[in-house]
Amino acid sequence: MNLKEVLDNEELTFAEKILTIKQVEPKELKRAGEITIASVDLAAGQDGTTPLAIKVFEEMGGEKVWDPSKILFVIDHTYPSSSAEISNLHKLMRSFASKQGIRVVEGSIIHQVILEEYAMPGMLIVGADSHTTTHGAVGAFATGIGSTELAAVMLEGKIWLKVPSTIRVHLEGSLPKGVYAKDIALHVIGEIGADGANYKSIEWTGGTLSELSVASRATLCNMSMEAGAKNAVVEYDAVTEEYLRELGRSPMVIVKSGRKAEVEDELYIECPKLEPVVAAPSRVDNVKPVREVEGTPIDQAFIGSCTNGRLEDLIEVAKILKGRKVKEGVRLIITPASRKVYMDALKLGVLETLLEAGAIITNSTCGACVGTHLGVLGEGEVAISSSNRNFVGRMGHPSSKVYLASPATVAASAIKGVITDPREFL
Amino acid sequence: MNVIRGRVWKFGDNIDTDVIIPFKYKARTIDPKELAQHVMEGIDPDFSKKVKPGDIIVAGKNFGCGSSREQAPLAIKAAGIAAVVAESFARIFFRNAINIGLPVLEVKGIFEKTDSGDLLEIDLSQGMVKNLSKGLTFKAAPMPDMLMEILKEGGLVNYLKKHRARSQ
Repeated sequence: MNLKEVLDNEELTFAEKILTIKQVEPKELKRAGEITIASVDLAAGQDGTTPLAIKVFEEMGGEKVWDPSKILFVIDHTYPSSSAEISNLHKLMRSFASKQGIRVVEGSIIHQVILEEYAMPGMLIVGADSHTTTHGAVGAFATGIGSTELAAVMLEGKIWLKVPSTIRVHLEGSLPKGVYAKDIALHVIGEIGADGANYKSIEWTGGTLSELSVASRATLCNMSMEAGAKNAVVEYDAVTEEYLRELGRSPMVIVKSGRKAEVEDELYIECPKLEPVVAAPSRVDNVKPVREVEGTPIDQAFIGSCTNGRLEDLIEVAKILKGRKVKEGVRLIITPASRKVYMDALKLGVLETLLEAGAIITNSTCGACVGTHLGVLGEGEVAISSSNRNFVGRMGHPSSKVYLASPATVAASAIKGVITDPREFL
Repeated sequence: MNVIRGRVWKFGDNIDTDVIIPFKYKARTIDPKELAQHVMEGIDPDFSKKVKPGDIIVAGKNFGCGSSREQAPLAIKAAGIAAVVAESFARIFFRNAINIGLPVLEVKGIFEKTDSGDLLEIDLSQGMVKNLSKGLTFKAAPMPDMLMEILKEGGLVNYLKKHRARSQ
């Protein structure tokens, strides 16, 4: 099979092309619905999933991993550990990694580490974390797996995957002031539902993307998971090229979806008509304009996570908070997505602005997003959060409530102590 | 394990992994028995005390949505649940369940016609589900051969052991 012909084939989707060329033995075209055995370029795991993968690896009779340079462990979910039990699981990761020669990154969020240091167009990335879809932002095929599968990949370097069918989302026109990638993602999830893209590949496309940074594209691909997507992708373009050039990386292979490819569904979003939105408790597809819930009192505001804890998010938040104060009695918790984001924000003076406004800056961790430490909600408390899930009990007590929104909406709400449209401060 | 017979516990649509097993428990242990004590706590705090070995969960659409935590199907299995039957599953949960050897069947139309406490009989190899209490029969969505083999081996660990032993 000629790989160039596959890449040039205008009738194949992104998923069909990449899963065809990633076959362990590329013999035939793989179309949507077919099962393929693929070679993995990067397998990653975090502290919520990797300890179990290590246990299973040993149960499988595994001795040496297939290729330690293609495996990454990140300790991010509860970092630094908040209990002796969790510390023991972290120890297990470190000792296994050291024995196997696997790199362990501590204190940056897994998906931000991969974006900053690993992800390249044309890679097949599997991660024992559902938000692995994030890396479609640079044109990789990236999908979430469980612990047993991570163990199997660590053993053999391959995985079976069903080639997903595709939903294409066309974004056209410029985003209005106060509306961000997060609002686009929530809007789309509200339209198609929490299972609207289950098992499917989402291709984000259209003219608006030329205005969206890799960070914003990462938000789109990350949130695609909340509609159930297997992977999400933004095609490689000048923005991706520039991003990779700055980080000193180049594409593995550029894979573009065929213009005549058959897709299962297409959505057209007129971005100029969008407005700031929230996902109201306790479903990610319970999406409403901010104006419909404006005035709802909050106890906590959280800006962080693999969805919206990047430098551009913190800069936008600083613009809103500059010269203003967080409402008394409200906790504004800001958790940079990585040590690099933290350092960059520090050097730019962004953190100073945030601190002056009364924010709490934590180390980089998943923290409050998963209700594990650094901002766990109490009984009946209400939070607005830039993270990705608002399920019952997600951020703390089962009776607490979470509204999901853009970092700007979270910041505006922190100032007033009630859910607030960010355009008021822009 | 070809035929499973058990009483139904019914749950709704979009049962997410945070209600199946909250992060705070799965962060600190990988012991399935300990996880099982908190299974479904987000919906029914007493579920782990009420469930009996061999019981079956019947749910609506998108069961297991949310995180990739394998602790969700593990906790369900360790609590004694013999199978989960749903209108549809979130994809990572579905893969994880197969990989740990928890039978999962996608059965359209079963949710409306089944109640908690009904007696179900599942024939895995035939992909048939009978509601013995109501005298109804349902057909499950066909499962690819490879997944069926993994399930028959009791999960990916055993499957790989056998497979690798054969190829070496």
